[in-house]
Amino acid sequence: MEQTKYLVVGSSHAALEAVTAIRMHDTEGSLTLLTRDTHLPYSPTVLPYVVSGRSPADSIFLRDEEFFEANRVAYKRGSALKALHAERNTAELADGSEIAYEKILLATGAAPAIPPIPGLDQVTYHVLRTLDDATKLNAAIKQSKHAVVLGAGLVGMHAAENLVKAGASVTIVEMAKQLTDGYFDATAAQMIEKAFTDNGATILTGSRVVKLAPSAIGALLTLENGTTLEADLLLVATGVKPNMDYLEGQGEGVEHERGILVSDTMQTNVANVWAAGDCAQAKGFYTEDKVMNAILPDATEQGRIAGMAMAGDPGVKAYPGGVPLNTYHFFGRHAISVGSSRVPEGGEVVTRFDEVSGRYLKAIFKDDRLLGIYGVNEFFDGGVMCQLILRRVDLSAVKERFLADPLTVGRELMSRIWR
Amino acid sequence: MGKSYNTIAFDSAKCDGCGDCMTACATTKTGTDDKTRSRIQIVGSEADGFELALCRQCGDPKCVTVCPAGALTKNFDSGVIDWSDTKCVDCLLCTVGCAYAGIALDAGTGHVAKCDTCEGAPACVPACPHDALTYITTSRIYNEVGDWEDLFAPGLAGCQGCNTELLMRHTLRRVGPETVLATPPGCVPGMGSVGFNGTTGTKIPVFHPLLTNTAAMLAGVKRQYKRVGRDVTALAIAGDGGASDVGFQSLSGAAERNEQILFMVVDNEGYMNTGMQRSSCTPYGAWTSTTPIGQGTGGMPSQGKTQDAKNLPLIMVNHRCEYVATASTAYMEDLYDKLDKAIAASKRGFAYLHVYSPCTTGWRFPTDQNMEVARKAVETNFVMLWEYNPTDGLHFTHSADEPLPVTEYLKAMGRFRHLSPDQISHIQGKVVENLAFVKQMAHREN
Repeated sequence: MEQTKYLVVGSSHAALEAVTAIRMHDTEGSLTLLTRDTHLPYSPTVLPYVVSGRSPADSIFLRDEEFFEANRVAYKRGSALKALHAERNTAELADGSEIAYEKILLATGAAPAIPPIPGLDQVTYHVLRTLDDATKLNAAIKQSKHAVVLGAGLVGMHAAENLVKAGASVTIVEMAKQLTDGYFDATAAQMIEKAFTDNGATILTGSRVVKLAPSAIGALLTLENGTTLEADLLLVATGVKPNMDYLEGQGEGVEHERGILVSDTMQTNVANVWAAGDCAQAKGFYTEDKVMNAILPDATEQGRIAGMAMAGDPGVKAYPGGVPLNTYHFFGRHAISVGSSRVPEGGEVVTRFDEVSGRYLKAIFKDDRLLGIYGVNEFFDGGVMCQLILRRVDLSAVKERFLADPLTVGRELMSRIWR
Repeated sequence: MGKSYNTIAFDSAKCDGCGDCMTACATTKTGTDDKTRSRIQIVGSEADGFELALCRQCGDPKCVTVCPAGALTKNFDSGVIDWSDTKCVDCLLCTVGCAYAGIALDAGTGHVAKCDTCEGAPACVPACPHDALTYITTSRIYNEVGDWEDLFAPGLAGCQGCNTELLMRHTLRRVGPETVLATPPGCVPGMGSVGFNGTTGTKIPVFHPLLTNTAAMLAGVKRQYKRVGRDVTALAIAGDGGASDVGFQSLSGAAERNEQILFMVVDNEGYMNTGMQRSSCTPYGAWTSTTPIGQGTGGMPSQGKTQDAKNLPLIMVNHRCEYVATASTAYMEDLYDKLDKAIAASKRGFAYLHVYSPCTTGWRFPTDQNMEVARKAVETNFVMLWEYNPTDGLHFTHSADEPLPVTEYLKAMGRFRHLSPDQISHIQGKVVENLAFVKQMAHREN
């Protein structure tokens, strides 16, 4: 049986960071990277740009074969993890072969969550999570005249914008009362919605598809209120769920709820098993409860911590807890959200909106500490804001100036506190 | 050996927030004078002091790890984090990843922008009217020197934080294996260059002359090598005591005869190896074990050395040597430049290099402060960096204009702790006088 000291499963941000962290401390230990994807490593976050054609599919790769060779990593693509046998420290692959490991990292990411809508299995639809999905969608967009996007998260909105720009009539159907729910607040969502409707898209929020059936051009959708929509292109972008089916049927094994439960050093309840990235459920920054924080910056952070912990790097620091961080570009405008959108008891919300410039800022404080900050067309350094949140910096002396100019005042604080 | 990179350094004490660096950056990079589009951002105020937001070209950069498009890469040749406009998708995630505001949105283009050091010639640096920004290019020395053989033994018995060990290793690396080394009594042999238990501390021939005859013996050795037709560099590394006091007659004689040797003086301003006695290079007011602080005798309190230091390098200029220079390890590029010239000059005649070398033990400052003390000595004009050759005369290699007050230097160490205001004003007066003297000489020689 093939043996390896470190087995990293997955090939996106968390996995790649773990490889870097392991090699920083242990340059010799055998290291194998396993991924079901057949392409070189890439980020799911770049895929909307492959769909739009802005990023050629062959120029998005984060590493090449030489990287793995130089770092002495046995890189196995096209090999999915079928089952984890943690009790005997082996991983079973899709082809039935097994690899024995000393330490394993599960960085298997997530896959589209397909809603249980009757008839969905009868029609052709797109999802967007892999490079192959993106390439297919890129081709389909060019043909589409009537497109429907289910789900107004960032993936759905990105794709919808591409469809609009390609000339299709586009309808976005979203269950929640607003677009980009969970990323941006109602005011920001209004601005995003207006940008889409100004460009000809139809937005149906608070709306749900109850039935699907094949039609002459593609699919016929029936909404809760009885109206019907016909689509020659249907994109299902209603969220993601972690890839952890390899844990099924293992009895008393790796604990998982919505994701794989991990400690502050990304270790699971089972010896020699770590998890990081979109498949992990780790401590939140605002709550001790374990949360899903499936965003790119957190995946790199978790991957780094997991790699350091696996390699026994004494420099490893406990995970501070997940802070939501999102950026979103729409029709030439940008939106940034850093931190929690929830206003706790005794919390303070400050907003400022300039209709002329379309600049919008919202900040949430508790005891003069920043909890979250949101901007549309208002640029601030997200990384600096995140530090202000993580360090719980007392802003009482500078709050007014901070709200007027978070960019400059944030940089001043940075240069005094942690430069 | 790891690679070292050039870097833009910022001295907040010198910055007055004028913003000329931002204008220069914006002009170069955007063709406008819009400071908000500058990639270097000065923040702060007169009251709180000014600070900097600028890409640090991190060795383990977070912006690169969070880029989903592979648009940011650490360039291991230049050290710069490169940004690709063709790969970037304007997602701004890098700005969320960087905790130092080193990469930000340029509203003028809609793309992120970051410092690329203008391909090694940053426009901001020469634009600063106060020298608050400097482009540190010393890395090229370390990258080059790192590949050369270290000709000293791995373990030397120097004090912790010793400047002389640094100087010895750099000098011998540069001079190379075709060298014969003379080290008279002092710290250089004391820390082991002449060896222990029958082995030498160097990988080249080394000998241990008397304090009095270093230059004479070395001159003879060099002549013998010439006679047998071997081209070697004859190098002395001597302390200030050995050179300026009892060894001076042989030094002066060799210089007068224009012997083809390179004589380097490591000036730590006293006999530090034997217990920190004063030498003729010890400055006025300094504590040494022979110029103590206390009640004194005959009603005259003892307050450190009561005479001024001898200016040995200026005396050497008056020998009209092939080359004379002063140097400091805080200014490595300058030192290497002078070392190159001194080696070349030593093939024609007498070359003299005087290196100011702070002593953690004898001067009483923390062991991690050697470079800082060496730098302050130059910044206050307590010592001056210049070079001389008979053709071009004497000229400064580091500006002596706008010096810091000498107290900035004096308070950095314990040997001046006892100084009275009168003593401080005496020292400040001497600094001014010395500068005027060297300037006059520079003028006359030119």
